[in-house]
Amino acid sequence: MSKWLLPLIPFALFLAFLAAVPGASEPRVIELPLGTSEELGTRLSFRLDGLSILFALLITGIGTLIYAYGTRYLAGRTDLPRFWSYFTLFMISMLGLTLAENLITLFIFWELTSLSSYLLIGIDHERPEARDAALKALLVTGGGGMALLAGFVLIGSAVGSFELTSILAQGDLIRAHPHYIPILILVLLGAFTKSAQVPFHFWLPAAMEAPTPVSAYLHSATMVKAGVYLLARLLPALGGSEEWIAALAVAGALTMVSGAVMAVLATDLKQILAYSTMSALGSMVMLLGIGTPAAVQAAIVFLFAHALYKAALFLVAGIVDHETGTRDVRSLGGLRRLMPLTATAAILGAVSLASFGPVLSFAAKEMMVMAIAAAGEWRRPLEIAIYTSAVLLAAAAALVAIKPFFGVIPSGPRNPGGRGHDPSAAMWLPPLLLATAGVVLALIPGPITAALLAPASAAVHQTQERLYVSLWHGINAPLLLAAAATAAGFIVYRTRERWIAIAEPLGRIGALGPTAWYGLFLRGMNATARAQTRVLQSGYLRVYLMIILVTLIALVLMANAAGGGIRLAWRLGQVALYEAVVAALIIAGAITASLASSRLGAIAALGVVGYSVAINYVIFSAPDLAMTQFVIETLTVILFVLVIYRLPRFSVLTPPPQRVRDAVLATLFGAVITLLVLAAQLEPVRADLAAYYGANAYVKGHGRNLVNVILVDFRALDTLGEITVIGIAAIGVYALLRMRPEVRP
Amino acid sequence: MSSLILRTAARYLMPLLLLFSIFTLLRGHNLPGGGFTGGLLAATAFALYIFAWDAAAAKKAVRIDPHFLIGTGLLIALGSGFVGMFSGGAFLTGVWGSIGSSEEKTAIGTPLFFDIGVYLVVIGASLMILLSLTEQEEKE
Repeated sequence: MSKWLLPLIPFALFLAFLAAVPGASEPRVIELPLGTSEELGTRLSFRLDGLSILFALLITGIGTLIYAYGTRYLAGRTDLPRFWSYFTLFMISMLGLTLAENLITLFIFWELTSLSSYLLIGIDHERPEARDAALKALLVTGGGGMALLAGFVLIGSAVGSFELTSILAQGDLIRAHPHYIPILILVLLGAFTKSAQVPFHFWLPAAMEAPTPVSAYLHSATMVKAGVYLLARLLPALGGSEEWIAALAVAGALTMVSGAVMAVLATDLKQILAYSTMSALGSMVMLLGIGTPAAVQAAIVFLFAHALYKAALFLVAGIVDHETGTRDVRSLGGLRRLMPLTATAAILGAVSLASFGPVLSFAAKEMMVMAIAAAGEWRRPLEIAIYTSAVLLAAAAALVAIKPFFGVIPSGPRNPGGRGHDPSAAMWLPPLLLATAGVVLALIPGPITAALLAPASAAVHQTQERLYVSLWHGINAPLLLAAAATAAGFIVYRTRERWIAIAEPLGRIGALGPTAWYGLFLRGMNATARAQTRVLQSGYLRVYLMIILVTLIALVLMANAAGGGIRLAWRLGQVALYEAVVAALIIAGAITASLASSRLGAIAALGVVGYSVAINYVIFSAPDLAMTQFVIETLTVILFVLVIYRLPRFSVLTPPPQRVRDAVLATLFGAVITLLVLAAQLEPVRADLAAYYGANAYVKGHGRNLVNVILVDFRALDTLGEITVIGIAAIGVYALLRMRPEVRP
Repeated sequence: MSSLILRTAARYLMPLLLLFSIFTLLRGHNLPGGGFTGGLLAATAFALYIFAWDAAAAKKAVRIDPHFLIGTGLLIALGSGFVGMFSGGAFLTGVWGSIGSSEEKTAIGTPLFFDIGVYLVVIGASLMILLSLTEQEEKE
């Protein structure tokens, strides 16, 4: 029942966003009346324009298919409610991220996607590899998120607003701002970590520990594109400068090539796809770096095409894993006869991955080549990069589609390959639909271009440049080069063993790579945490107390030294006899308590101090305080008596030097507090406060007891906090007493 | 401690003390008192009972589980805050009405319920500490 309802959630959202498509070329801002803080400049405002609608449709559309696929793929898991809650949380966060108009709102959703990705990667939390992978993803993307927040705050202070509308309109101001370079570095850190750019890429292949629907959805079609989305979104505000082009072109090209290299060397289907995703993300970043309208258009078309075919290929990998029990291409073969429908989806997806043939990604690749040809001084290096990765990606595509489905069935007892069959329609239909869409939309590119892709790219490059998507440009140099690259890719695929042998020694360099740095960082962090915990958390109450007192004394003295010393009020004019008696009682009680040789004596002496303080309140006409103090003192003595029973016989265990130290510390602390109280006397009392409460207590609060009216009405929120603390403290005491380990003999 | 005098006295004193604590709670808005003081007074009443009898007897006399008192108190205080919110003000805004005839009107408002919440939390918390201390001791 619920199995069929679940995909309806994203599907309903998909239809809703589809309805917004006709207005995609005009940005609309929608503000919700919640969560607005004018002082902080945060608003829960959302933006509907070409770019955000494109992303929203991808998220909900692919989401619908993956929900349907997942209900079958994950059948039999016992934690499905948890899984789907996290999954839906992710979908909503991703929608929020791409629809946000306010940068702070965007940031919150950004972090939510990192968080839900962490939860989904680690869903099999019994396996240490899943936990490590989840932590890795969280630390890398979360660390980037911190940088991003700082970047956003700098943008906000430069522009004076966090709203995208005003930020996008003031690109010149930001680019000329003295903070431009820090802003750029911080925002790029956020985007590069999220979109797995070198050297922050290593979390993405590790994230393949997650169940396949998660990999297909988060780590290929949607979440990893959040960084690309952000770069596209902020291109009008930050892009165009020398630094922007250099940073994005270099990082993007490096990621594109290294991702393609690692894709060919991998043997796990999902790893191959993860590395090729990384490569694709790199090419999008590179194109956004070039930043010309043509490059932006190429990036958007490629982003769309990639989301379709990569999700399809991941789902195929999931089916292969599900049916045969392995994802290792070395032990797979001949599946074409056993699962013809899955094989069809795989072939179509692989043609898209190789970007050669009647597929949308081919059109995108052509646009990419043309955009690079116009990239001035960057042209040569980027052309080398794109053709290198084209060769390697074609080899990876062959590895994904030819080896498992057409390859020789490996023999041997340990080989699970060569069995299985097409799963139910809920599983083979989504990848087939996605892969077919890549072909159909390439053959009839008109409608989708006009309705979706053109408004999306126009929202980024903000010019009138027309978008023209076409498969056939005649026989020209790019076409021949693409054909040559694909052929070369096939040769690389056939001679793969030899390339792996060559790459083997290079792998040792990887031991010095980012993964090693990450491990070093993690170990360092844990060591630091352990060391400081050993110092600060000794487990002895007296040490905690000492640290608190010393810190307080030091801070108060420092603050006073900085403020030009302390001034005291000595107003000992008239002291009535009874006041002096009460004061003497307090002093005598305190001295007796600290010198007492039995616990009961000390408690009784403390009781004298407490009651005398209460008398003090009576003298200075604070009956409420006095009443409370009396009852509290009584209860305290009762509690002490109850506790005393449980303590061992009183004896002096501390050596004299320690006692002297404690006495000095106690005296010092008492002196500091006394000084503070005397200094506070000099501060003028806010007369208007007393007058306000006096005038309004009865009129507005219907009470004559000012103290009580303040407690339950004027400042009721404070009281609510206090009683919550009281409740929690009581539960804490209860837990401490009940869950105590057995008393040692 | 099994003193016949204390036990007999505690039997009669406890209801009186509890009554006094409620009196303190209710007069609090106009005269010294209030939920906090009232709650502490009620707790001392039970403490007296614990001393005269034992924790088990006191627990029986309280009838209600202290956990429940804390939770209920917090919910009442929180709920009284929402009344103000739903009648158009901010959270915890006092809403007042009155009961009684036109000659002897008594104002009644959400702060009273808030104070009752405070009262219950304070009783619950003190009782929880007192009872868990004494129960532990009796076990050993």
